[in-house]
Amino acid sequence: MICQECNQRPAALHFTKFINGEKTEVHLCEKCAQEKGEMFIFNGESGFAFNNLLAGLLNIDPSFKKPSQSPFHQEEVLQCDHCSMTFPQFLKVGRFGCAYCYETFKEQLKPVLGRLHSGNWAHNGKIPKRIGSGIYLRKQLDELKNALRDSIISEEFERAAEIRDKIRNLEKQLASSPEGGE
Amino acid sequence: MSLERFLNQAVSSWMCAEGPDSDIVLSSRIRLARNFYEYPFPTLFSHEEAKKIILEMEEILKISPFQKFGQMELLKIDEIQPLQKRVLVEKHLISPHLAEDSPYGAILLTENEEVSIMINEEDHIRIQCLFPGLQLSEALDAANEIDDWLESNIQYAFDEKHGYLTSCPTNVGTGLRASVMMHLPGLMLTQQINRIIPAIHQLGLVVRGIYGEGSEALGNIFQISNQITLGKSEEDIGRDLMGVVSQLISQERSAREALRKTSNIQLEDRVFRSLGVLSNSRIIESKEAAKCLSDVRLGIDMGYINDMPKTILNELMILTQPGFLQQYAGGPLRPHERDIRRAALIRERLNLEKEKIGEE
Ligand SMILES: [Zn+2]
Ligand SMILES: [Zn+2]
Repeated sequence: MICQECNQRPAALHFTKFINGEKTEVHLCEKCAQEKGEMFIFNGESGFAFNNLLAGLLNIDPSFKKPSQSPFHQEEVLQCDHCSMTFPQFLKVGRFGCAYCYETFKEQLKPVLGRLHSGNWAHNGKIPKRIGSGIYLRKQLDELKNALRDSIISEEFERAAEIRDKIRNLEKQLASSPEGGE
Repeated sequence: MSLERFLNQAVSSWMCAEGPDSDIVLSSRIRLARNFYEYPFPTLFSHEEAKKIILEMEEILKISPFQKFGQMELLKIDEIQPLQKRVLVEKHLISPHLAEDSPYGAILLTENEEVSIMINEEDHIRIQCLFPGLQLSEALDAANEIDDWLESNIQYAFDEKHGYLTSCPTNVGTGLRASVMMHLPGLMLTQQINRIIPAIHQLGLVVRGIYGEGSEALGNIFQISNQITLGKSEEDIGRDLMGVVSQLISQERSAREALRKTSNIQLEDRVFRSLGVLSNSRIIESKEAAKCLSDVRLGIDMGYINDMPKTILNELMILTQPGFLQQYAGGPLRPHERDIRRAALIRERLNLEKEKIGEE
């Protein structure tokens, strides 16, 4: 399919736009989409469904595009030790090179993740038991401590005592488990 | 090959079994994206590394097989015939990306095809569970069991802050994509869908048609799925999706009842005209076939048609796609030949149903 704007390049972005409830299909090449500024409206609130736009989305963010203003940092490019991917490369392809990239780019990543996941940038779901045994126990411990506080506030002292015992058990386990795993 | 035999081979369990709320929800799917810690992601990995990943998976299958969902078979993409690949794509078992752009890819399939694992697609591992009807939490449980099994054999790419690390930042965290395939003819006919889709988008969910080009929803079949994978638990993602899906179900049901009240005879007429087209046409394009199949399915669900199985829509939407038609024909077909074949296959399928009833 050819881009409907320039009628030259192949369309890379296909999406449906709803204007007053009217469905309109839009097919644009990456360049025209950027020029039209269609991409940055992607924040889950515009009624747009896209595929395959990440690279473009990240590319047009001015805070990433401009080189650092400081003369000392101008040449410094963040690069992953393990796979050699640089941060600008990541922005261009929209894919990481390896698991270590996450650690390398973690500071720059926060706003990117926040935008993609409606403000969230930290994991709150399943933890693999094997690598996560330490993390898993600590998370459980946090939850129990909250429950303990709640039960004291609501004066459920019997329950509080039960929870306290569980916390002691967990703390023992945590003390004997190797940090983070294997 | 006889149609009956072809069907037996072609139809996977989610297409022919009926599940909860299957008058509206055709299927529920869970996908978990996972990666090995030590290998680069598929965007960057070398041929050798890709092969090692497949070897590791073969090892796991051999040394600690997991049989709960049936025997698993590993197929390498470069060893599958092009037509067969297309058929797997049309059955939603592998992605077009795995079929076309992943020469080092592979697929692990269970016999009934409810569980499949794509290897070396965009991520090293993508676990998929595809169940008939509305069974999101069942599918999530199944995916978690597969995940636990793999995890006991693999050091996953995971960190405390970001969760499961994925090739694309849109999947990081839970790596979970939960989706539900729905047949919504009532909301289409009453034109409510135009108002509903933007509202669903606002809730952070994605709605799209799964058949047809672009955003066209052929056969009035829509897929609703989560977009956010980070910061929410798997259960919350599933619950949020379920909330919207149950609302859609009740809105679709009221739309159908309203149609019955206001336009009973028109609806009945539409249903039987479409049945007439499907039973008699000699040439039919996929778009028209999809429209008629949707009408007939609605007619079955609303009791206008009583002698046909509900799953006919599901089944024929899949089987009348180009890959399947060519597999059934036993070779490549030009587009215009496909339309002839499609009409023939649909007629035969409907006849098969009549014969069955005759025998009873
Ligand atoms: Zn253009
Ligand atoms: Zn890296």
